Amino acid sequence: MGVAKYIKNEKDAIKEVIYQSGIKVKPSYGPEDLEKAGFKYEKDLGAPGEYPFTRSIHPQSYRSRAWTTRQYTGFGTPEETNERFKLMISNGQTGLNVAFDLPTQMGYDSDHPLAQGEVGRVGMAIDSLRDFEAAFKGIPLDRIGSGLTINAVATIMMAMYQAAAEKFGYSKNQISTTPQNDILKEMIGRGAWIFPVEHGVRLVGDSIEYAVKELPKSNPVSICGYHIRESGATPAQEIAYAFEIAKAYIENVVQRGIKPEDFVGRFSFNLNVYGNLWEQIAKFRAARKLWAKMLKEEYGVKDNKNLFLRGLFGGGGSGLTKEQPENNIMRGAYYALGAALSGAQTTALCSFDEAYTIPTPRSALLSLRTLEILMDEVGLRDTVDPLAGSYFIETLTLEMENKIIEEMKEVEKWGGMVKSISNGFVQRKVSRQAYEFEKGLQSGEYRKVGVVPVSEKGTDKDPGSEPAAVELHEYNEAWAEKSIANLKELRRTRNGKDVAECLKGLEKAAKGSENVMPHLVKCCHAYATVGEMAGVFRQVFGEWKEPDFY
Amino acid sequence: MAINKKIRILIAKPGLDGHDKGAKVVALALRDAGMEVIYSGLHQTLDQIIQSATQEAVDVIGLSIMSGAHLPICQKLKAMMQEKGLVHTKLTVGGVIPHQDIPKLQEIGVAAVFPGGTSFEDIIKGINSLFD
Repeated sequence: MGVAKYIKNEKDAIKEVIYQSGIKVKPSYGPEDLEKAGFKYEKDLGAPGEYPFTRSIHPQSYRSRAWTTRQYTGFGTPEETNERFKLMISNGQTGLNVAFDLPTQMGYDSDHPLAQGEVGRVGMAIDSLRDFEAAFKGIPLDRIGSGLTINAVATIMMAMYQAAAEKFGYSKNQISTTPQNDILKEMIGRGAWIFPVEHGVRLVGDSIEYAVKELPKSNPVSICGYHIRESGATPAQEIAYAFEIAKAYIENVVQRGIKPEDFVGRFSFNLNVYGNLWEQIAKFRAARKLWAKMLKEEYGVKDNKNLFLRGLFGGGGSGLTKEQPENNIMRGAYYALGAALSGAQTTALCSFDEAYTIPTPRSALLSLRTLEILMDEVGLRDTVDPLAGSYFIETLTLEMENKIIEEMKEVEKWGGMVKSISNGFVQRKVSRQAYEFEKGLQSGEYRKVGVVPVSEKGTDKDPGSEPAAVELHEYNEAWAEKSIANLKELRRTRNGKDVAECLKGLEKAAKGSENVMPHLVKCCHAYATVGEMAGVFRQVFGEWKEPDFY
Repeated sequence: MAINKKIRILIAKPGLDGHDKGAKVVALALRDAGMEVIYSGLHQTLDQIIQSATQEAVDVIGLSIMSGAHLPICQKLKAMMQEKGLVHTKLTVGGVIPHQDIPKLQEIGVAAVFPGGTSFEDIIKGINSLFD
């Protein structure tokens, strides 16, 4: 059953429930549990919008504004992505969440040998500012904010976004972008890293420093517990590792003489919603509280609005199954319910066909509608934090808080997140857990509807494997041809001298300690390519070598 | 292959995709099943994979591909294996592989295909059966 461990007796009655984070759940809860856990309303909850923000970061939450929906979108050429953006906006989506193809994410131009077969496949292909101009043409960048799902070269895309906005006549004060820009989590899961750990962290630091000084409405980093969870971390580890990553970035920026008070309010989080419903809700509530407490007590942050844990709670990719894909529609709805009961500010849902393919317009729209049903039809906007005061939820929230602290202490014992990743500690732990969990799923120790454990294969409990009837998103070779032709024309027509000069400035900054961001903006305006800018970084920083994972 | 010799397998992640959970959990499962498993790490070019397979004298190359590029990658690697004399090395592939692509992969010469959701037991059996 589900993704918790259920120990049953011979009559199928549940004897014990153990959540992935290691918390045991009792048959029922009462006031004595709250007393035993030392629960105090003022200390542990407070009113919504009041420290420690367990209940909500805003006093009115969804009463004043429904969540922002940001379905992950992008494929093929920038022109095609632009059409899909406009479709999603006309359907009521309130922010963009941009997908880039792998060559762009890895800092290669479309004509690089390693880009072959990948151009435009899992996101849109960006080679230069020209492509950004095409992708964001006609999008009101002063009203619509954009998440840019890119990490190793996030600095380049942030500069590109600013340059494109400036071309369209917006000033950098008006635009709001949230590049994902969390390189440390790429090294734990997802794998789109390029440069060695310390250089990766320096680039994140550069972008935060730049945003503090130049981009008042942008949030330079979105810390992703999400992918760490997808890679095999428990919900408690998801939060603990995300917070330890945040600490690594905070320390880098503090070394530049900037006070935490001046930038931590710009951090946002990307957290996962799949798993046991109650455990997720307790996780988000505990996370809001712990983040505020940590910033206040360890970093001396005073202003309430800088203590908010903001972000996107959504996705749920790992919860989806390839078997019986229609079941994923239901799963998505319940994951989204969990996010709504947790007061998610921004959300997005994986589409039911994502275990197979890039979502079709129909499945992406279905996800958007699922989110709307929660807000507009069934009453999730009615009152703030409706589960507050539940004996179970409050006890679980406190237990979750303790588990998260425990996991954070382990990372600190290893010497902090940068060391833990360089030495492979976190990666090995998470991979091992992913393996154990997968074994449990296959043996039937964990259950997912539609997934037949090995012992039941071929029995009457096995419906047989029927190829799922999902429509596949086709890869179009013409995307690469078009990108490469554009790139060739660009190289012929741009001012080569300007480009060379800007790249030289970038190289000098990268070698020293000067912030690379202003140089990147200049390079983008001169139509330097992503491959050229990332090439400068590759040459100056070198590439990371993963530690052994056994 | 001589009886009782352990199967040596290179689990490899070709290309730019970094989703390595599948590759890593399968590597752990095959190791627990008694095989000698070498994991390539991320972002490998096909040349690097051929080089590792040759140096490590593996019996099997197991590719993990999530990006959708399995057809062109397998086609190219298979041709390179022929060219470099890796004629006895078996090529297998796992990852996000749509059902309808399995016959196409077999036609290219992929010895076994393990789409996402295949149990460890079936993967282990499938690899062992290549040497029956």
